[in-house]
Amino acid sequence: MSATRRIPWMKYASASSFYPLANRLAPLFMGLAIVLAVVGLYMGFFVAPVDYQQGNSYRIMFLHVPAAWMSMFIYLLLAMYAIISLVWRVKMADIMAYSLAPTGAMFTFVALVTGALWGRPTWGTYWVWDARLTSELLLLFLYLGYMGLYSAIPDRQRASRAASFLAIVGVVNVPIIYFSVVWWNTLHQGASITFSGGTSMTSVMFTSLLLMTFACWAYTIAVVLRRAQAVILERKKVALWASQISKK
Amino acid sequence: MKPRSKRFVLIGTIIVAFGLAVMLVLNAFQENLVFFHTPTEVKERTVAYDRQIRIGGLVEKGTFKREEETTTVTFNVTDGDSSILVSYTGILPDLFREGQGIVAEGKLLTSGVFVASHVFAKHDETYMPPEAAEALKRVEEKAEAENSVQNLMKSVEKGE
Repeated sequence: MSATRRIPWMKYASASSFYPLANRLAPLFMGLAIVLAVVGLYMGFFVAPVDYQQGNSYRIMFLHVPAAWMSMFIYLLLAMYAIISLVWRVKMADIMAYSLAPTGAMFTFVALVTGALWGRPTWGTYWVWDARLTSELLLLFLYLGYMGLYSAIPDRQRASRAASFLAIVGVVNVPIIYFSVVWWNTLHQGASITFSGGTSMTSVMFTSLLLMTFACWAYTIAVVLRRAQAVILERKKVALWASQISKK
Repeated sequence: MKPRSKRFVLIGTIIVAFGLAVMLVLNAFQENLVFFHTPTEVKERTVAYDRQIRIGGLVEKGTFKREEETTTVTFNVTDGDSSILVSYTGILPDLFREGQGIVAEGKLLTSGVFVASHVFAKHDETYMPPEAAEALKRVEEKAEAENSVQNLMKSVEKGE
């Protein structure tokens, strides 16, 4: 009795079966993202209480923390796809890595900007060169470097290899960002929510934060699927055009 | 070995090697990667005077003074073991208060006074409503009071 239905993962490694699946999933996740964000923002801004020290200014956390988490997690995903693309030469993996980069860069940028806006009233400065802030800025440059390198080399296969390599090497930065507040003393505070369990915030705040994180996740999935679709079409078009030229 | 496994090993080796290299570099620059020094660190080492450094710690309770009709303030920054007198002219961040963690950027004068050009407030990772903070404080105070009563009883029992 083999009742377990195996999901044909390898099937979706081909663009022709990925495309219709993405077409169905993208709107679903976008809808989910909107619902989660509306509920999360409402809870964060109207239900969650003021903080005993920071008053209302801590509320930017509901944007800052999910954005910062996403910036790191998307990079890990990007690097994973880059490894798959380099080792197994799976084209779809390269397309996914390529499609993840702009969203990752955007979340990094959002984390940096909201952090600056939060830092001004609480710390008394927009920016300091402490380990957490500097390594997060480096992450933005890694994303931009990946995208820049990819588009700077005309030959796509070589571009993909060079950019994937950069992405893989850059993955070293992610644990540095995460543990920077533990390894060195920084102006940035430590983590409120840790893997080893335990949160140091009121449950309503935590719920709002989780909702916003899930919203960011759903948004990322929707946008990346759509972008991957666009990349597939674009590359198909090039291939088609090239084959037509060669036939003549 | 298949070319696939070869590539995998190669990439794995590169990540590990690069990670190790970065770890060694970060370890070597440990000193420069910290954002601030504690008062104890400043005192134990022969600190270069008249050089821009950052010190961090808690604003010692009961040491905050404001000079009249100026924006100059003085307070002690402590890490529990030793403290340094800080003088600062300017606007303090909203979160600045006694007992709060701060980082001061400036120069240590030969007189031992730290003249700050910037003061940053540091906040911790706990967030809670004011009522909860209030309740927590009451519990702590109660525990402290009970503790001191117990200590008193003990010393009485000992016949001191």
